[in-house]
Amino acid sequence: MALPKPDELLRDVNYDRMPAKHWMDTKPEFRPGAYCYAGKPSVVEELGLPFPREWQPHDEDWKLPPNWKEIVLNAIKDRAERFRSFKLFMDICVRCGACADKCHFFLGTGDPKNMPVLRAELLRSVVKGEFTRSGKLFGRLAGARKLTEDVIKEWFYYYYQCTECRRCSVFCPYGIDTAEITILAREILHEIGVNINWILEPVRNSAFIGNHIGLQPHTIQENIEFLLMDIEEITGLKIEVPINKKGAEILFVTPSADFFAEPGIYTFMGYVLLFHYLGLDYTISTYASEGGNFGFFTTHEMMRKLHAKIYHEAERLKVKWILGGECGHMWRVVHQYEDTMCGPAPSNLEVPKSPITGTVFEHAKSTKIVHICEFTADLIAHGKLQLDPSRNDNYVVTFHDSCNTSRGMGIFEEPRFILRHVVNNFYEMPENTIREKTFCCGSGSGLNTDEYMEIRMRGGFPRANAVEYVHEKYGVNMLACICAIDRAVLPPLMNYWVPEVQVCGVHELVGNALVIPGEKKRTTDLRFQPLKGVEEEENV
Amino acid sequence: MNVVAALIAVIGMVILVWLGVGVLKLYTLFGVVIPYAAFLTFLIGLVYRMVNWAKSPVPFKITTTCGQQKSLPWIRHSRLESPATNFEVFLRMALEVLAFRSLFRNLRADLRGRKLYYGSSKWLWLGAILFHWSFFIILVRHLRLFSYPVPGPIDLLDKVDSFFHIGLPHLYLTDVAILAGLTFLLLRRLVDAKVNYISHASDYFPLFLIFGLVISGMLMRYFFRVDITSVKELTMGLVTLHPKVPTGIGLIFYVHVFFISVLVAYFPFSKLVHMVGVFFSPTRNLPNDNRRVRHINPWWENVPPKFLTYCEWQEKFKEQLESAGQPIDEDCYKEKKES
Ligand code: SF4
Ligand code: SF4
Repeated sequence: MALPKPDELLRDVNYDRMPAKHWMDTKPEFRPGAYCYAGKPSVVEELGLPFPREWQPHDEDWKLPPNWKEIVLNAIKDRAERFRSFKLFMDICVRCGACADKCHFFLGTGDPKNMPVLRAELLRSVVKGEFTRSGKLFGRLAGARKLTEDVIKEWFYYYYQCTECRRCSVFCPYGIDTAEITILAREILHEIGVNINWILEPVRNSAFIGNHIGLQPHTIQENIEFLLMDIEEITGLKIEVPINKKGAEILFVTPSADFFAEPGIYTFMGYVLLFHYLGLDYTISTYASEGGNFGFFTTHEMMRKLHAKIYHEAERLKVKWILGGECGHMWRVVHQYEDTMCGPAPSNLEVPKSPITGTVFEHAKSTKIVHICEFTADLIAHGKLQLDPSRNDNYVVTFHDSCNTSRGMGIFEEPRFILRHVVNNFYEMPENTIREKTFCCGSGSGLNTDEYMEIRMRGGFPRANAVEYVHEKYGVNMLACICAIDRAVLPPLMNYWVPEVQVCGVHELVGNALVIPGEKKRTTDLRFQPLKGVEEEENV
Repeated sequence: MNVVAALIAVIGMVILVWLGVGVLKLYTLFGVVIPYAAFLTFLIGLVYRMVNWAKSPVPFKITTTCGQQKSLPWIRHSRLESPATNFEVFLRMALEVLAFRSLFRNLRADLRGRKLYYGSSKWLWLGAILFHWSFFIILVRHLRLFSYPVPGPIDLLDKVDSFFHIGLPHLYLTDVAILAGLTFLLLRRLVDAKVNYISHASDYFPLFLIFGLVISGMLMRYFFRVDITSVKELTMGLVTLHPKVPTGIGLIFYVHVFFISVLVAYFPFSKLVHMVGVFFSPTRNLPNDNRRVRHINPWWENVPPKFLTYCEWQEKFKEQLESAGQPIDEDCYKEKKES
């Protein structure tokens, strides 16, 4: 199905018109563009996940295992015993509706089940109906219902229509985090073989090869060499990127998309130029070659399995600390999960200390992992970088806070501080759409697949709308971010809603602005676009 | 349907009291037995709930960060929205519990054509504050009935609350405020399409119940004028565990007592436990110090992760590594020989 025009997409969306039917009586419609394909049997099998089989969400029969109901009920009980968050969130929602219009999927679809409160109710109603006496007695009056196959389909539809962005949790008076419920609901669905391929295939590739698309060690190297050639053409500098180097001071881990996909590659070029400028003793790893972690969108166990490689590699390479590239969900995992699930950090790691400024990153003294924006902001604050922001004068820049680094970490100032030093034209989007209130790109948590385009464009609408606002007001034409999924999905989103705006990583702009000793006079930026003023000069 | 069911339940209670007290004269049942039973249910239920929550561990430190993290020394971190220490967490929680910080953030989204607008929308916050704070003050004021002599602060509270000396007996400000708050919350549930759609009967029920409670209380004070001495005799009897039932207290008093009994008994087993639950919320009550202080997950602590180790991976990609000139780690073979 072709995607409707932007002006038509939201025609039926009305936040104040609810269906006549009770929500327990409506069913989702599995139409193209509104669901993701099921996991391929071979992928599911290789990962050792249960019930690999041929099926698709639009099928009438999902071929669930005969005892699916028992499995699900046991899984719910198990999660309630292991996660206080889950148990509590099932108990204390008062349906005040403060979260209702905070979800970008609700704002883009108008579907009431995309209100975070109802998304959670989809599960809460079953917990009540199957496990509590009052629920069994009063049924719908108490918001309770029985678990049926239709409920499973509904869960699949709506728990894969939540990007685990946590915006709802900011507004909830009890901090109820629907993302947490989604995470666990997906985990429960996995137990009966209900899953999506777009998440599982990258998980399989990460687990057995090393990164999302399965780049093998030599391919990563070739890609990097290719980018180094571009760097040489632009700057005249011959740079090397150390690979799997034992005894380096720093292990650098970044999402693998930065190695091969536009515009992430420009961000990668920015990192490399920075490291070269500093003479940093670092290495990347072709084994731990993925900072992203689609396991986080699968199960807690899977997240751990994928992430464990980073400390393991840091130990083998005997580095002193780890530097992490720009990525959203990678940083939620690094910040909020890593130490708990893979720590304590191997003993060869030391409290991170910038070799250039001497700053000790006390806030990372347990995990020993520093965000590249923290690292660079520290450099700039100490006056260690020579920067020429006019090299970014082609761009009028705004900054998109990605969900995970905002609401699951709180890194707001560092990237902004960097941006203010590397570009001359920087404008914020409206206050209610940035920082902790930022809007998701609409494609996070492993939903960035093409078959899901309609929902992605709808979910990304509030973000795009805020970009459109600064585009019209200030002429913004560049959307900077610190997330690899953003870099992959914001370009099509912009292309749909605000086609004049491009997308980049913060360190791409750093790479442009950095004045490096020994480089030739740059005439283009890292995208081979002529620098502002250069064309005119040449024409004289 | 939901509204009607909830309303019927509350009206049914009035009828029940009328039958029980007015017709069957079961004063002891409604004046002593039910209040005691309800209070016990409340205590046991609440303890049960708290123990039940506490039994499930908090495997991960999943603070929702609503402000700048503590990182570099020259960047000011947000102490209230991204607390870095337990003391700051305490402040964050205090703000949340006492001032409803998160509700204060509330916005309203409006779609016009293909443009979204956000307006500040503090009405819910205001309604909630009015309701909860007046309820709390009213409760404290009621301690007057359960203490002898009445402690000074409670007396003072009473004076302040009736400061304006409107009518006789003086009108309490909190009575007005709680009615305003309740009315707003109820209307919002009925009128706002979204909130209406998500509401169950169990969301209307406590509203009507508390409405009934407040109205019966106000009727008693301002209109029917029950005999306050007898009431105090009864309430003092209840707290001193020497219950006696003086005669001559009006039916309306028993309705009031029944409402509060139902409310407290219902409390632990319904959404009303949010009052206690909020303190347990892991997105609010944990510091954002994840990379500084390790959080322990009890069910993983002694279970090492299973994953493809470097040496296994090297075996798999040895050829590619060699052809690309990437180093082969000889230690992988050493370890094998040793073991
Ligand atoms: S804001 Fe919180 S309490 Fe209110 S409806 Fe949403 S999840 Fe429930
Ligand atoms: S986590 Fe984000 S996507 Fe999910 S329900 Fe909340 S606001 Fe919506």
